[in-house]
Amino acid sequence: MLDRRIIDGNKFNQKLADEMAEAGYDRIRACIQCGTCTATCPAGRRTAYRTRQLIRKALLGLREEVLSDPTLWLCTTCGTCQERCPRKIEITDAITFLRNLAVEAGYMRPEHRGVSHKFIKTGHAVPIDDEKWSKLRESLGLPPLPPTVHCYPKALREVQKLLKKTGFDKLVEYKGDD
Amino acid sequence: MEEHSYNLFLGCVIPNRLPQIEAATRLVAPKLGIKIEEMKGASCCPAPGVIRSFDNETWLAIVSRNISIAEENGHDMLILCNGCYGTLIAGVHALQDPTTLERVNKLLAGVKRKVKGSVKAKHLTEVLYKDIGMERIEETITRPINARCAIHLGCHLLKPSDIRPWGTVEDFTVVDELVELTGATVVDYKLADMCCGAGGGLRSAELKVSLDMVREKLEAIKQAKADCLVNVCNFCHLQFDIGQVQVNKEFGTDYQIPILYYTQLLGLAQGFTPKQMGLDKHYISVEPFLEKIGMSL
Ligand code: SF4
Ligand code: SF4
Repeated sequence: MLDRRIIDGNKFNQKLADEMAEAGYDRIRACIQCGTCTATCPAGRRTAYRTRQLIRKALLGLREEVLSDPTLWLCTTCGTCQERCPRKIEITDAITFLRNLAVEAGYMRPEHRGVSHKFIKTGHAVPIDDEKWSKLRESLGLPPLPPTVHCYPKALREVQKLLKKTGFDKLVEYKGDD
Repeated sequence: MEEHSYNLFLGCVIPNRLPQIEAATRLVAPKLGIKIEEMKGASCCPAPGVIRSFDNETWLAIVSRNISIAEENGHDMLILCNGCYGTLIAGVHALQDPTTLERVNKLLAGVKRKVKGSVKAKHLTEVLYKDIGMERIEETITRPINARCAIHLGCHLLKPSDIRPWGTVEDFTVVDELVELTGATVVDYKLADMCCGAGGGLRSAELKVSLDMVREKLEAIKQAKADCLVNVCNFCHLQFDIGQVQVNKEFGTDYQIPILYYTQLLGLAQGFTPKQMGLDKHYISVEPFLEKIGMSL
């Protein structure tokens, strides 16, 4: 169904806007619904993602609807809308914040969970997980492993300890080697 | 000759998928008086489009750990990836707030680390343009490149502009100037400033939408009859090179646009061979471009 319905006023509440204000995105309340953000959006030009509508829904407090909407994950975080918003709203940062809330509420793509698991396991979101990458490095005269966490097990343990402390492993449902 | 020392922040994609960019940069750097210090034990920056989108506190803890490694070495960071750049510059910026700094240091104390937020996160283009300078770069050029190059800046080089060193988004000419310094001509194309589509977690979870964006750019670059596309971000590079193969498969097109990272182009102009610049490791053949400039693999 196309999103042309009239929203029931009883569903409005200030909670989401308050949460956003508290996190530093209070300027969202200055939105005049001009649509500049949607007009500049490379993702919105080819998909059903509507930046202006997202901001409106967030302001109206349609929390569940905003956080469960899969189009929230179509923003490339290019930052164009944020640069051009006439009300100087930190739109891209606010979208990132909404994504944090979505993940907390359990809306996470399996692919994103996969990237997170790699990150916890290796310290790299894109690790050397196949010998061919080390071989490629060597063919270019580079050592097989870069001087990152890949070379220093102690450094990797530090990263993993921090990820436990912030609760990231639980957030992304990491249960050890899989 | 004055030397400039930097902490090279490698990130993930460069060392683990596109080491040709690492190899090229390591060869080009000494000619410019850039001394590279390794950031031993650094991790993923972490990636702003994914990890920061999932949990800001985690992002802050890990970026702060990376910054603390740079601080131990005592030099500013040299960054080749716009994503890492976006993360590290935002990380250093966040640490300027005393409350945030205190909170982060409590976390880092658990791994016996401390951070101050005292080093700068500099993108390759800033290091070249502002620290090394155009004159110095020009002196290293021995074999001018006679070609028409399209350029792609990548979003996070310039945005968000309030924490970038440029003071402009719309009339930024630094990369144009750096490319033209090699002897090449920069050609304009439709949607030149548009996003490549790789960021924000799209390449991992919304590949089709992501590829549709780069497809639009590839078509425009083809229309502009550019000999190649030059970029200054390895993630954009990956999207244009590996992504181009995927676009051709997904949309039944046959784009064959050679993709070069800036230090690869500069290296050719400095007299390095295409192989030394890792141009034989690309997914889309670079040969048509090399032929145009009188070289071969
Ligand atoms: S550009 Fe700014 S003011 Fe205009 S609709 Fe978007 S968020 Fe609101
Ligand atoms: S930052 Fe996201 S919402 Fe804003 S223009 Fe870019 S893709 Fe669209």
